[in-house]
Amino acid sequence: MAQAIQRQGVATRRSFWRPATREAVTGWLFALPWIIGFIVFTLGPMVFSLYTSFTSYNITTSPVWVGTENYQAIFNDPRFYISLRNTFWMVAVKIPVVVVASIAIALLLNMDLPGARTFRAIFYLPNVLAGVAAIFLWRWILAADGLFNRGLALLGIPGPAWFYDPAWTKPGIVVMGMWWIGGNILIYLASLKAIPAQLYEAAAIDGATGWSKTRYITLPMLSPTIFFQVVTGIIGAFQIFTTAYIISGQNGEDVGKGGPGQSLLFYVLYLYNRAFGKSGPGGFQMGYASAMAWILFVIILAITLLQLWLARRWVYYESEQQ
Amino acid sequence: MAVVVEQTPRGDALRQDSRRRWRRLSIGEILALLLLLGLSFLFLVPFFWMLSTSLKDVRDLFDSRWIPSRLAWENYTDAFSFGMWRRWTLNTVIITAVAMLGTLLSTSLVAYSFARLRWPGRDLLFSLVLATMMLPGIVTMIPQFILFSKLPAFGFQGSRVWIDTFLPLTVPAFTGNAFYIFLLRQFMRGIPMELSEAARIDGASELRIWWSIVMPLTKPALAAIAIFTFQFTWEDFIGPLLYLQREELYTLQLGLRQFEFAAGGAPAWNWLMAASLVVMTPVVIIFLLFQRYFIEGVTLTGMAGR
Repeated sequence: MAQAIQRQGVATRRSFWRPATREAVTGWLFALPWIIGFIVFTLGPMVFSLYTSFTSYNITTSPVWVGTENYQAIFNDPRFYISLRNTFWMVAVKIPVVVVASIAIALLLNMDLPGARTFRAIFYLPNVLAGVAAIFLWRWILAADGLFNRGLALLGIPGPAWFYDPAWTKPGIVVMGMWWIGGNILIYLASLKAIPAQLYEAAAIDGATGWSKTRYITLPMLSPTIFFQVVTGIIGAFQIFTTAYIISGQNGEDVGKGGPGQSLLFYVLYLYNRAFGKSGPGGFQMGYASAMAWILFVIILAITLLQLWLARRWVYYESEQQ
Repeated sequence: MAVVVEQTPRGDALRQDSRRRWRRLSIGEILALLLLLGLSFLFLVPFFWMLSTSLKDVRDLFDSRWIPSRLAWENYTDAFSFGMWRRWTLNTVIITAVAMLGTLLSTSLVAYSFARLRWPGRDLLFSLVLATMMLPGIVTMIPQFILFSKLPAFGFQGSRVWIDTFLPLTVPAFTGNAFYIFLLRQFMRGIPMELSEAARIDGASELRIWWSIVMPLTKPALAAIAIFTFQFTWEDFIGPLLYLQREELYTLQLGLRQFEFAAGGAPAWNWLMAASLVVMTPVVIIFLLFQRYFIEGVTLTGMAGR
């Protein structure tokens, strides 16, 4: 009896609960910020957005259930297809260009040349400048008689009008995007450094030359990194907004705006216009915009799953082979 | 007790390589070096052009000189004489500081729970964290806007609802960020469990263990998170664009847009470049000071940053 009291006394002093229970309660309490955030800022909004996508809703009045009307309207909306085409163009062109360019530069940096650290810092520097200021800077550099075209003129190439010519607006965004590949370079460089030197030594003994080493050792060993970069890069490229918003010089007013000839009307820009456009036909259509968001979500999910499936054919995971 | 936590094997490897002294270079290496020099030049030229434009008189704006015929230093004072720059700077500093504090506090607590405590449902919730990393932000943009336009602010910053206050830009930071939670969890798992066990036997609470044992050993990852949060919040455009309507609540990024139509419907480039340079400067200074953490952060998270 006395022992029991004593034990209870110790337990009370230490904690009200048994250690395992206490740990469980502490675990939940510590994770609570994320759990609350997930429910309030992610899960709740997602459920609400799914509901909204089947309604007509402008925030000030109550949502009115309209069934699949929004989805039908979207699939009959020419601007939807324009925005989809523009976005797919960006994904299809920008991602491969970024992958090739950043691996090439990472390979150069991996050569152990003098000044490698300084080069690395220089290539990364633009990455810290992602704001409006940097986008304005590129709008200025890619002006018709801007710095870039003057550089091209030195090489005897007549430069296009970039952001004023519907055919050149998207290539212009790809060109400016090259200024921000520093992060990708660093990631590829880290993966290159992680490739064991023995692999190259063994290959050299077998008589492998520079190119075959790259083809049969470097690229397979790099493939998981390339895969991750492509997957996240595509998710990002589908959501391009700020760049298009600033480059097309719009004021968030006209719903149909999106650069010359709507060549910069990217998906998220159009979605934003639908939701927050202040004039023109169809602003403040939260239902329509929510439906657009869900369609994009499904597209991104499908492409990501497709990539996971394709990955088995080209991504090499060392652990699987052992 | 000496604790060696393997923190940044990659970072160290990267640093060691560059310490190697000059040596005889092959022709291929010299060509590669020249290529790198050329590329570095291309990467740096935009900065010089920005500086050059910021010092040009309106009449010289479209000439191709690098050094303006007259250095128009007044651009800097002129640019900042329009608009409420002092206010906007203060706003940006407040929002950034609060977001940094919130992110560090919440992500480290949550990661501690996932990495070092056992509780039912933990692994399920953690896979949920991972799943949200893949969720495109656009899906929650509109419903969050609607939420913030309904949540009462009780007159905070003179607003009835959360829209047009700093709340939508700061409060979510206190609920963590999937990427950073993941990064910190990986990091915290590397710290020997015996340290926590010993502290528990001595009667330390989990809060105490989190703060005085685990946090100090997680510094490199926390530094990377602090820096990324600083950069992303300082440069955030779509957040302030959606949630801040009154001019006195603007951030610097929104403020820059006042020059967009200032020169008769066209951008006032010299003012825009002068103001942009000043707005960029804090981020560049932070980068130059804490370069190591930026670079380690990128390699640790696998986040390309853009």
